[in-house]
Amino acid sequence: MKLAVCVKRVPDMDVRFKIGADNASVDEAGLKFDLNDFDAWAVEAALQLKDKNAGSEVTVISLGPDVVQETIRKALSMGADRGVHLKADKVPFDGFALASALASELKPGGYDLILFGKMSPDSANGVVGQMVAELLDLPCVSAISSLEIANGKGTAKRELEGAQEIVEFSMPAVLTVDEGLNTARLPSLKGIMAAKKKPLESKPAQLPQPQLTVLKLELPPERKAGRIVGEGSAAVPELVKLLQTEAKVL
Amino acid sequence: MANVFAFVETRGGEVRKVGLEAVTAARMLADQTGGGEVHALLLGPAGIAGKAAQVGQHGADVVIVVENPSLANYNPEAATATAADRIKAGGYRAAIFTTSAQGRDLAPRVAARLGVSAVTDVLSFEVQGDKIVVRHPMNIGKVIATISISATPAIIAMRPNVIAPAQNPRAGRVESAQPAADPNSTRVKVLETRQGSRDKLDLAEAPVVVAGGRGLKAAENFKLVEDLASAFGNAAVGATRAVTDDGWRPHADQIGQTGRLVSPELYVAVGISGAVQHLAGMRTSKTIVAINKDKDAPIFKVADYGIVGDVFEVVPALTEAVREAKKHH
Repeated sequence: MKLAVCVKRVPDMDVRFKIGADNASVDEAGLKFDLNDFDAWAVEAALQLKDKNAGSEVTVISLGPDVVQETIRKALSMGADRGVHLKADKVPFDGFALASALASELKPGGYDLILFGKMSPDSANGVVGQMVAELLDLPCVSAISSLEIANGKGTAKRELEGAQEIVEFSMPAVLTVDEGLNTARLPSLKGIMAAKKKPLESKPAQLPQPQLTVLKLELPPERKAGRIVGEGSAAVPELVKLLQTEAKVL
Repeated sequence: MANVFAFVETRGGEVRKVGLEAVTAARMLADQTGGGEVHALLLGPAGIAGKAAQVGQHGADVVIVVENPSLANYNPEAATATAADRIKAGGYRAAIFTTSAQGRDLAPRVAARLGVSAVTDVLSFEVQGDKIVVRHPMNIGKVIATISISATPAIIAMRPNVIAPAQNPRAGRVESAQPAADPNSTRVKVLETRQGSRDKLDLAEAPVVVAGGRGLKAAENFKLVEDLASAFGNAAVGATRAVTDDGWRPHADQIGQTGRLVSPELYVAVGISGAVQHLAGMRTSKTIVAINKDKDAPIFKVADYGIVGDVFEVVPALTEAVREAKKHH
């Protein structure tokens, strides 16, 4: 099988973000970056298919400045075979611009499956995979939490609000991956060494003019400090009273 | 004055609440442009036309009804083709979708087919000259972006629960249409929609969410959380990632950065320490109650009301008190 996984380098979310001097970007100073979790699960899904299908090849693609090569190397160290870096000064917020650039790279690739994480936590828009599928006129199943491939056909499960969908699709196809599909393997030392020698091609990203402009970023208002009503079940009557009279939710 | 399109999400032949939210949002946007028409697309199996009046009540001037037996389950390819065709033909200023599992799948497909971008999880919108400006949370809700959309149509997927469905009766003139793509195509086919228990409220739609964490110590103790939810009567049950990773609850119940985002009227955190990953999914709740034995747990920093104590003692007492309070209403 020929497999492609599109990945993104994202900041660790466990911090207090600062807005940059332009008021329209996050100040990156001091942030730690890594492969997006959802994308790691997409890489893992591709590697599991590779393990089952001898002669498969996994290509990892990422768009952005030179530092995204580190993210591609991480996927290579997990076991992917080659990397493609689509070079751009920054990653635009506009998902359609991203999808267009990725689609023009993916189109001639002849991939059986193209995988994405279902979203990235930073831009949090979750549109790129589905848009790539449309641009390439491929069937698409988004946010899958299970996957089986047999006889050129796939079956996947999607979590809905209070329900699940079982979806069958023909290949080639585009899939976006939700949590629960798998647990991503950690790169082994041997994998890290091997990744250094794997091919990583860098070329300019073909980004169209964006249609979305981030005008400004703001930090949401802090929640005003709450209070400890009391200790143990003795505090329950007071809590219920507050929920009735102050919060008016009971 | 500009016309606005709305996609009305349905499941099992019923209009979902988020579907009516999309119609209400489209009505608000059309009114902001000086009072255009709202055209709503309603796809479903035989009988879905019977729901058109409900859509008209919420502000649709025209309800485009597509009835087909193959639309009983979500049909991504037929829905994409039909919505994209109608949006193209209608010359709309904007098209409103929902940031639900279905809307997240559909809105970007329709946008790409029309050659335009899309913004999901939208909190609010405003028409500013020839642009539509929206607010969209980024970085797990720790940053709010104001984004200008220059494309026409602007494809906007609203976050559930931010605009309440509002009665605003319009003609709701029914126009019957056919699917724009073969609904029996096998490229992507939803074989089955497995509905969870019917009487269970969805996390994103429930006015009250009761969620449990590791402090419950074992899967079977989730009964405490379920009992409290049932005492409220209008509550859904959620869980932290630690709990779903341990298999105490299904992944679909996970509230947090990689799971569901909720903003109910009331959020009750039971035995939840308040890891960043969890707070990302619930910090916009209107009122937060936390019950935890550790007085230094980070959950108390976001909670409006906290009780420091043993969940096994406090939660049954609270369940009883809520049941009593509900009785007297």
